[in-house]
Amino acid sequence: MWNYIKISGLGLIALLAAIAANYARDVPYMVHMIIVMLVAAGLFVWTVRRTDEPVGPAPTGYMDDVIRAGVIATAFWGVIGFLAGTFIAAQLAWPALNFEWAQGYANFGRLRPLHTSAVIFAFGGNALICTSFYIVQRTSAARLWGGNLAWFVFWGYQLFIVLAATGYLLGATQSKEYAEPEWYVDLWLTVVWVAYLLVFLGTLLKRKEPHIYVANWFFLSFIVTVAMLHIVNNLSVPVSIFGSRSVQLFAGVQDAMTQWWYGHNAVGFFLTAGFLGMMYYFVPKQAERPVFSYKLSIIHFWALIFLYIWAGPHHLHYTALPDWASTLGMVFSIILWMPSWGGMINGLMTLSGAWDKIRTDPIIRMMVVSIGFYGMSTFEGPMMSIRAVNSLSHYTDWTIGHVHSGALGWNGMITFGALYFLTPRLWNKSGLYSLSLVSWHFWLATIGIVLYAAAMWVTGIMEGLMWREVDAQGFLVNSFADTVAAKFPMYVVRMLGGVLFVAGGIIMCYNLWMTATRGPAKEQATPVMAPAE
Amino acid sequence: MSKKDNNQPGDPDTTGHSWDGIEEFNNPLPKWWLWTFYATIVWGIGYTIAYPAWPLIEKATPGFLNYSTRGEVADEIAAVETANEGLNMQLASADLTVLPENTELHNYAVQGGRALFAANCSQCHGSGAAGAVGYPNLLDDDWLWGGDVDTIAYTITHGIRNEQSPDSHWSEMPAFGEILEPEEIETVVSYVQSISGQDHDEALAAAGEEIYLDQCSACHLDNGMGEPSLGAPNLTDAIWLYGGDAETLTETITYSRFGVMPAWSEEYRPGTGLSDAEVNALAAYVHQLGGGQ
Repeated sequence: MWNYIKISGLGLIALLAAIAANYARDVPYMVHMIIVMLVAAGLFVWTVRRTDEPVGPAPTGYMDDVIRAGVIATAFWGVIGFLAGTFIAAQLAWPALNFEWAQGYANFGRLRPLHTSAVIFAFGGNALICTSFYIVQRTSAARLWGGNLAWFVFWGYQLFIVLAATGYLLGATQSKEYAEPEWYVDLWLTVVWVAYLLVFLGTLLKRKEPHIYVANWFFLSFIVTVAMLHIVNNLSVPVSIFGSRSVQLFAGVQDAMTQWWYGHNAVGFFLTAGFLGMMYYFVPKQAERPVFSYKLSIIHFWALIFLYIWAGPHHLHYTALPDWASTLGMVFSIILWMPSWGGMINGLMTLSGAWDKIRTDPIIRMMVVSIGFYGMSTFEGPMMSIRAVNSLSHYTDWTIGHVHSGALGWNGMITFGALYFLTPRLWNKSGLYSLSLVSWHFWLATIGIVLYAAAMWVTGIMEGLMWREVDAQGFLVNSFADTVAAKFPMYVVRMLGGVLFVAGGIIMCYNLWMTATRGPAKEQATPVMAPAE
Repeated sequence: MSKKDNNQPGDPDTTGHSWDGIEEFNNPLPKWWLWTFYATIVWGIGYTIAYPAWPLIEKATPGFLNYSTRGEVADEIAAVETANEGLNMQLASADLTVLPENTELHNYAVQGGRALFAANCSQCHGSGAAGAVGYPNLLDDDWLWGGDVDTIAYTITHGIRNEQSPDSHWSEMPAFGEILEPEEIETVVSYVQSISGQDHDEALAAAGEEIYLDQCSACHLDNGMGEPSLGAPNLTDAIWLYGGDAETLTETITYSRFGVMPAWSEEYRPGTGLSDAEVNALAAYVHQLGGGQ
């Protein structure tokens, strides 16, 4: 019966998408509807062929297929995102790389959102979804709730990524940073995200453990808050149901405030809370030590999620935003400093008693560097939110450096550590294919980050000082183009940092591939902990 | 479910739970962490009392320091204006022809003129002062009304063909469509093309010369070099305000042109005009762009 509902639903979607593609008012919308039509038609055929096949017994044990797919997707999108970033870094250094024949598709303006979305949502998002599925099963001793709903979340999310990425290249954007996809892609992501919430909550509800492990608090706060942020910031009215354009519900400074309430909490809940969930599982597992302090984990969790949500206005200092909102954004950002550091303390101190492993285990080394960058950027962030500091740093490359020390250092390194942890376990191997390749990856990535961040600090502070430099009579000394010319050497260094980081990522993919296909086999399969349903 | 396999001798107590082998120590909050957290909260409360912060029904609390970002900018601007008061007074009554000899004052005039140009002039003349169709290029040495620095200042002060200043530059080219037959205009067009070095019909141009000398030379002169005191353009160079092709020249001769520039002196634009010092700054800036005479 369920299959017949699915078949009619998929057929209807394919038909509607074909009609929408026919009446499309713009190219991106037409391309998207054709993609939707092909996906729905493909699933239609696939489901028809499997209908009335005998159904086997319901699978038991942990649901790891979808996590294996998530590991592959994370590594794949990671390298795509790093490559895009390195290429646009080169475009900034050498504008001739904005090729004339690719104008309107592969110029900086089109590729920049492709890069940010690929690393944040495709790489980071897949990492969060697959690690949260892994962790919530293990720490709840329960199979994922909802059967194949987890697969819907995985493939639905990949479809969102493809629609977003192709939309950027073809020019469909609502021009909100980190929320560029247009209305119908936003609606689709909402559906996928609600399914994600259901799978996660359902698994927590049927857990066999008496308490919910701290990592799951962070994941749950991440899923719930991102849903709220996504819906409110994307409130818009489509110009036509057959076109990609839409009009934002909020206007002027209200729109800016909503955007940066969203933007900052995308950092706070997507890139901080969610990744702290990863940290709280993989660090104690890899170090084989208990978490340093239960009390600290509770206090810093609640303080973090209460305070983060107010910090957005610090993105709008010295704008049309009223002074009072700007003050509150700054104050909450500074009070947020210690709650952020609570995670760093708990991560680093968990390693006490296992410090020797930094010498021997490159995965632990990655995690330590990751937590170190987390601590550094969560100090830098509150500092940059101070109005006087912000008057120098805002609109400069310092912001780009800050973001990348967090993204490459904290999010990148903890994700690499998690992938190295997961791959042998998910493919049933006794260890990684090569630890020395992990060391190579570690050093390439670390040096890459240092080059990147240092270059951006230098250019950021330099251009901030150049922009505000006035002569004795009060006139500006430099034109904007002067600052662009002065930044050239550092732009080359930044690009080289990116090259090193990509190289490390490619080495990781090779190592993970070899681990999954040719890694040392396990003596015998370990008994699965999850009890039968 | 507590398992002690990850613990070492001398470890503190755990909370007693274990998830997938992970336990948690019952360690207290680090003191330095807690006290720094408290300190930031106390500082935050103090800061929000000092600065505008808490939204109320009508407006937000202003803070006892009476701070605002706009006030901060206004103070900085006032400080610069006070510091430049002397330079402004000098510039208002400066002899512009010898201004470049006074390095400090000339720099002040040119830099200030640049900003004034961007705010007031670039809408028509372009941000680089290269002009557009109907709006003269200020970078070349072709001047409709004269390009020495005092004349530039006069043009900025009074403008061209406007009703604001009784002393604005004024001249009016007749619409020759009311005087000449279209065939005659065609010959004049050819003649103008011949003296500006363009391709033209020899026979038509020869016929047009007579009409030109009769109708046009009073302002544009016999040799076509124009007369700046009348705002009559030089027709022999390749520089055209509206265009030098046959179609545009026919339109210009048939219907005439009447380009207007407003008077910018505050005398003629109360409240929004430029002061004498500002007019002089603009003149100095435009004069040094490259084409000043």
